[in-house]
Amino acid sequence: MSIPSEIFATVYLVASVLFILGLKGLSHPSTARRGNSLAMTGMALAVVMTLLSPTIDYANIAWILGGLGAGALIGIPLALKVKMTSMPELVAILHSFVGLAAVLVGIGTYLLHAAGGDHVGLLLTVEVFVGVFIGAITFTGSIVAFGKLSGKLGSAPVRFPQLGNLALAIAMTALGVAFAATHDTMWLYAMTAVALVLGVTLIIPIGGADMPVIVSMLNSYSGWAASATGFTLENNLLIVTGALVGSSGAILSYIMCKAMNRSFISVILGGFGTGDDAEGPAVASGKMHKTAAVDDAVFMLANASKVILVPGYGMAVAQAQHSVRELTDLLAERGVDVKFAIHPVAGRMPGHMNVLLAEADIPYDIVFEQEEINSEFSDCDVALVIGANDVVNPAAKTDKSSPIYGMPILDAYKAKLVYCIKRSMKPGYAGVENELYYADNCMMIFGDAKAVCEKLASAIKES
Amino acid sequence: MAVWMIGIYVFVLACFVGYHVIWNVTPALHTPLMSVTNAISAIILVGCILVCGDAASPLSARILGVIGLFVASINVFGGFAVTHRMLAMYKKK
Repeated sequence: MSIPSEIFATVYLVASVLFILGLKGLSHPSTARRGNSLAMTGMALAVVMTLLSPTIDYANIAWILGGLGAGALIGIPLALKVKMTSMPELVAILHSFVGLAAVLVGIGTYLLHAAGGDHVGLLLTVEVFVGVFIGAITFTGSIVAFGKLSGKLGSAPVRFPQLGNLALAIAMTALGVAFAATHDTMWLYAMTAVALVLGVTLIIPIGGADMPVIVSMLNSYSGWAASATGFTLENNLLIVTGALVGSSGAILSYIMCKAMNRSFISVILGGFGTGDDAEGPAVASGKMHKTAAVDDAVFMLANASKVILVPGYGMAVAQAQHSVRELTDLLAERGVDVKFAIHPVAGRMPGHMNVLLAEADIPYDIVFEQEEINSEFSDCDVALVIGANDVVNPAAKTDKSSPIYGMPILDAYKAKLVYCIKRSMKPGYAGVENELYYADNCMMIFGDAKAVCEKLASAIKES
Repeated sequence: MAVWMIGIYVFVLACFVGYHVIWNVTPALHTPLMSVTNAISAIILVGCILVCGDAASPLSARILGVIGLFVASINVFGGFAVTHRMLAMYKKK
């Protein structure tokens, strides 16, 4: 019995629609889990339908099930074990897998057609070329990103001349043309090797501070790689899914660039930020900041009617989420209106801070995005900034000579009183002094974020 | 219309669908968005299955296919599982 091709096309169409509905579900936390289930259903349908393909020889079923099963055995424990602070690394390494699969499918498809003695046209060689080169760049680029994020590679930018990348791109294209002209797989392998090198040299000059953009960009590449493979295999499901993922990554890159006040081109050219959590050298200045004792801060917090917390990645580094949650609960019990304000680059990848807060059981309905909450700072009694720096620097609005001028910030400086929990006066990633710290309404509380939050919480409990 | 031209139509239209759907995703869920797109981009395993399982596949292609299938399958299972884990953390007051 053979299944008509219309059935395959229909099931693949249903899978595509389920993926779209799955992504649509992410428009709100209450529908997101159902969205994930819809996407899983789509994937299951697609896999089962593919297994029923007339070209599949069931003598090979052990290979297929073995590959699938081994992936599940690695993937599921990995997903259940990974720390939420390590999500950027996990996402980066998973991108590399899509890239690798695209390379292997591209070459494999060509070998399959060539072995079958089919007439291999120019079109197929071009499609194989495009699929393999996007896949190869995604593969090695993501491995470099993974290395930088996990600290296995130094996160400082490594200089690599852009002319070198251009030369590699030209060499790769030339080898691709040679492959299309001669159909000799030697050229295909050589082209793949150059593309793999290009993936490394494209990403290695990019500094740690720009990693949120790069992770999003590689997300996008992994989608384009899937789409390109769809053209090779003449499979519309791959084309649609790849396009969805590709546009998702592109939009996230755009959002991150805008939030960091960086142009996409300058990110690609690289060299920004060491990415080390260690902050830059202290800038000497004659301005004076004020420090506050924990007890004073406790009094002001406990007697406030509205408090906005501004967490930055420093909070996550200090593992302070749970103490922050405790502090939030205690204030809420006293009738204080507590809210969180999240800057898009508060974490190390888009939306990262929201996940870290959710993990600490902080309800999502008291967590707000920049546009939602910025107008509320002016009527809040206390803004508590925990491990955030550049994203609350008013110089971004007022000082045209500042490197961060134009960057959208959280208007914490508008609060009646601002407390900043910080280890020292050193500047953040951008290397600029934070004017907020010298403002009349701002007080510094020096110390480790976790220790300070614990002190605040226990003092509120006693008071 | 040639198959590849239909592919271009599908591709361009899907990019527009993606554009509109993704702008509607709440920023609070951008990390789960990345992990779920990670999982679905592993749809490429459909290609791996076809290469690996084809009756006419030479051994070399079959080996490439099964390696691809293995890594893409890590993505499918890992990506969906970690998304599920994250989404389960998002609670209301």
